[in-house]
Amino acid sequence: MLELAIGIILGGCALGAGAAMIAGIGPGIGEGNAVAKACEAIGRQPECKGDVTTTMLMGCAVAETTGLYALVIAILLIFLAPGRFVDILLNAIH
Amino acid sequence: MSKRRSASFILVDVLLILMILLPLFCGMVIKILTTPPTDEISIAGAQIYFIVPMPLQDMPITESQVNSWLVILSLLGVCLYLTHGLSPTYETRRQHFAEMIVEATDNMVNSNMGAYFKAFSPFICAIMALSAFSSLLTLIGLYPPTSDLNVVGGWALLVFFLITYYKFKCGPIHYLKSFAEPPALTPLNVISEIATPISMAFRHYGNVLSGSVISVLLAAALGGLSVTLFGNLPGILGKLPQVFPILRVGIPAILSLYFDIFSGCLQAFIFAMLTMLYVAGAFPAEDYARKMEKIKNKNKKTN
Repeated sequence: MLELAIGIILGGCALGAGAAMIAGIGPGIGEGNAVAKACEAIGRQPECKGDVTTTMLMGCAVAETTGLYALVIAILLIFLAPGRFVDILLNAIH
Repeated sequence: MSKRRSASFILVDVLLILMILLPLFCGMVIKILTTPPTDEISIAGAQIYFIVPMPLQDMPITESQVNSWLVILSLLGVCLYLTHGLSPTYETRRQHFAEMIVEATDNMVNSNMGAYFKAFSPFICAIMALSAFSSLLTLIGLYPPTSDLNVVGGWALLVFFLITYYKFKCGPIHYLKSFAEPPALTPLNVISEIATPISMAFRHYGNVLSGSVISVLLAAALGGLSVTLFGNLPGILGKLPQVFPILRVGIPAILSLYFDIFSGCLQAFIFAMLTMLYVAGAFPAEDYARKMEKIKNKNKKTN
């Protein structure tokens, strides 16, 4: 019975980590849009390539933030949460 | 001016180069001595070297603290080396390099923050260099301090204090009023104020950490792959991949080029850029100029 409970905990953590990383879709689309527009801008005005590239990198980094939040949650779920939850379970039994 | 240098000049040069390299070497030696031997690849946080007892809570001295101090020492060595033997008449190559760095940061700060924040360029350059070199520590196999949330969180807290200081420039009433710009959105403004340092810290930490996690996973996968591919060869050849995973040579370097070098430098640049933008944006320039004018007028009247 205990093994089953621990298995459910581990499986739940892994599923949660996978589900959290669905958030990776958002930054992907957003950064793709930003880069596409930057390419258009450079094609129209090749002389301001440096400025456009700098601004695009800034925008990409800011757009990436939500994805990184999801990544941090996923990493916590994989490396930290299982031990915590198993400890809580064992404390509840004893 | 003669091109020959005196013996003492060269001696100081050698000492400074030692000052640059010795901290990194020390870090590698500490890492080798303290890492417990394991066969499996593990993804762990910073090691705790020792714990200093403190009255409220014990203070652990971790790998990230030690490594960031080593980076600071090394950077100090770089600065001293670049500025050693400055002269207005006979310019050396390193003087040109130092001048290039200073001019580039000055230009960046001037174009992004305006003339009022001219004095910010040493701070921006320092935070950029510290962040970039901390991330680049992975190249010599050390734990990068930027993949520890506490280190980057400390930097973000510093930036948060700067932002609040410049918002306070027009007095506390103006500061409180700035939260109630549209009065209905006050709670959202407060949340976004708190979210600024958190998002800065998480952005930097998440980028560096994800790079190292992916590198470790790839190394593990390549080790397993080389065992399955070459493990069935006859004789000693079959045993070889378990001792020396051949596929792990060279292939991870391609990923490392992006995750360690490009991403580390880019995150340093972005952290500095965001610092500049947030601090410059927090300063109410027009209201401050109006306030200064009022004070000037009052002084004129009293005179």
